[in-house]
Amino acid sequence: MTVLAVRQDGPGTTTVPGPRRRLLGLVIALVVLVVLLVLSVMIGSTSIPPSVVWDALVHSSTGIDQVAVQDYRLPRTIVGLVVGVALGLSGALIQALTRNPLADPGILGVHAGASFAVTVAVGLLGVSDVQGYMWFAFAGALVVTLMVLALGSTRQGSSPVVMVLAGVCVGAVLGGAREALQLTDPDAFDAMRSWNAGSIGGRPLEVVWPILPFLAVALVLAFVVAGPLNAMALGDELAVSHGVSLARTRVLAIIALTLLAGGATAIAGPIAFVGLMVPHVARWIAGPHQRWIFAYSVLLAPGLLLVSDILGRVVLRPGEIPVGVVTAFVGAPVLIALVRRKKASGL
Amino acid sequence: MSSDVDFGRPMLVLRRRRIAVRLERRSVVVCAVLVLALAGLAVLALMTGSYSLGPGEVLSALTGRETGLMHDIVVEWRLPRVTAALVFGAALGVSGAVFQSMLRNPLADPGIIGFSQGAYTGALIVILVVNGSYGQLAGGALLGGMVTALAVYVLAYRRGVQGFRLIVVGIGVSAMLGSLNTWLILKADLDQAMAAATWGAGSLNGTSWDQVIIGGICVLVLLPAAGMLSRPMRQMELGDDAAAALGVRVPAARLGLVVVGVALTATVTAAAGPIAFISLVAPQIARRLARTAGITLAPAALVGALLCLAADYIAQHVAPTPLPVGIVTVVLGGGYLGWLLFTEARRRL
Repeated sequence: MTVLAVRQDGPGTTTVPGPRRRLLGLVIALVVLVVLLVLSVMIGSTSIPPSVVWDALVHSSTGIDQVAVQDYRLPRTIVGLVVGVALGLSGALIQALTRNPLADPGILGVHAGASFAVTVAVGLLGVSDVQGYMWFAFAGALVVTLMVLALGSTRQGSSPVVMVLAGVCVGAVLGGAREALQLTDPDAFDAMRSWNAGSIGGRPLEVVWPILPFLAVALVLAFVVAGPLNAMALGDELAVSHGVSLARTRVLAIIALTLLAGGATAIAGPIAFVGLMVPHVARWIAGPHQRWIFAYSVLLAPGLLLVSDILGRVVLRPGEIPVGVVTAFVGAPVLIALVRRKKASGL
Repeated sequence: MSSDVDFGRPMLVLRRRRIAVRLERRSVVVCAVLVLALAGLAVLALMTGSYSLGPGEVLSALTGRETGLMHDIVVEWRLPRVTAALVFGAALGVSGAVFQSMLRNPLADPGIIGFSQGAYTGALIVILVVNGSYGQLAGGALLGGMVTALAVYVLAYRRGVQGFRLIVVGIGVSAMLGSLNTWLILKADLDQAMAAATWGAGSLNGTSWDQVIIGGICVLVLLPAAGMLSRPMRQMELGDDAAAALGVRVPAARLGLVVVGVALTATVTAAAGPIAFISLVAPQIARRLARTAGITLAPAALVGALLCLAADYIAQHVAPTPLPVGIVTVVLGGGYLGWLLFTEARRRL
């Protein structure tokens, strides 16, 4: 809290709501999320009334609506919840770590690495189902992110600009190799064009369970480094004088965000903008305190993802739009509105 | 007189009566080396193919001393493609240099204001929805790119256009169109989607003299325009206020630069599809080769041409199956930029 006090003395800072109002906001966000979870189960190519949903959840009945709930809607909603939490928190982490309000896990090569690994799995190794190439996506995301971080850091520490450049380079090279593979192999092309859109539908829960422990570890790590990241927002020297170990904080934060973003991408494919947008909204509500930003991100991001997914199911009924496409269409206007404001919400 | 002024680096001064030209010696040497490399690579590209030729045969075919098959192979089949690679590569290099200098951002290229994604969207709609001809494809790509670039410019406009805002709005609009493209490809049937993706990668396959001549004329008009704008461009690198104090009309100059940069990329895109990464990488490589402080146009154009020609050679003759040139430019350019970053980061310690 001392950190906050120092920040508030600075010129031009916005008023930070008190702990009670922040807690109230958090409760409201939680309620909204629960409502959205229910809506996500109810709304789809056919709307299912709440009584039937309840029936399907409590009893294992075999009506067509009950099966739809048990086999499709519920897994999809759970996938959305897990992926949303991971994306939102990874976005908040990377923005805090790089002190760049426009940072997104995508720029660190997470998406590029995962897509490349999945293409190799499909095109060269003949893997054909989501359970199979999920692990390739996870491994690809982890390896490439570490590569970008290694390329982007010098012995003096890491410069955000060099890191972004490194991410673009690695992403481009892998993207080219991926395209070359795809254009010579129609099967790989066909599999990749649906994976690349980013979707939470059609993923069995067996895809989620093995990733869940990684995400849980990352979640804990994120809240452990939230305090030190607060101090680092004041500058490295001040953070050191507050007793923060810069190297340890950075390494832990990087591990957490890599696991989160990699895990989310492994489950759902590349989904843009959730990780970019949600932390901004969290900052508007909660002020600059990282622990609160993280908590809000955890609750708001799955909400955004589920809203986008529901929209994608409703707009072209009975067809549907993958959630990754919808988030871009929801997110980009918000991003544009953000930079058109007089003062961007900085860090 | 002025030759005694110390510019901090070796200068070459050419005088002829009233006109004097001052050039940086290192830039001149680098450009000369690049031109030689281009000539050598062009001859090599003309020699290679399913029917191999010697350098002598190529030169005599070029000077018109051969007729029949030899003339057809060199002048009618291989030369259009080599010329296209040279001209379009140079255009992309200059267009990237203009954007990077204007936005003072080493990551900027016309793609950043959404041009490439918009062009791809236009082309996808022509291919998948209208099922149009090649001419319509070029038209659709141009229209898509121009409309997108205009939309980004307008959205970023708020009492003037500021570089950072332009970049972020561009990222946003590109992301939207990118996911629209993903979705269009997802909805199309496989053959059409693959054809569209090949176009989307940027390819010089089947380039004919018609395309090269039309594109070449556009580039020849635009390059001097870029040259004329290069002086205000360099002054604007000091910041808008400083440039205005030095007598640059900043808004007009910036609009001119955007138009020239977009038009150069548009020409290339209409003829060959969005060839990625040359406009991003060429100015950076050129700056490091010539060791200039800012972005300079001539080395960027030459590096762009060299990169495009080399990439097309690899795509045609080295890769196991013929690939679109855009895929090779991405890998080559990205790899080289990564290596540069890596060595530079180490050297700075």
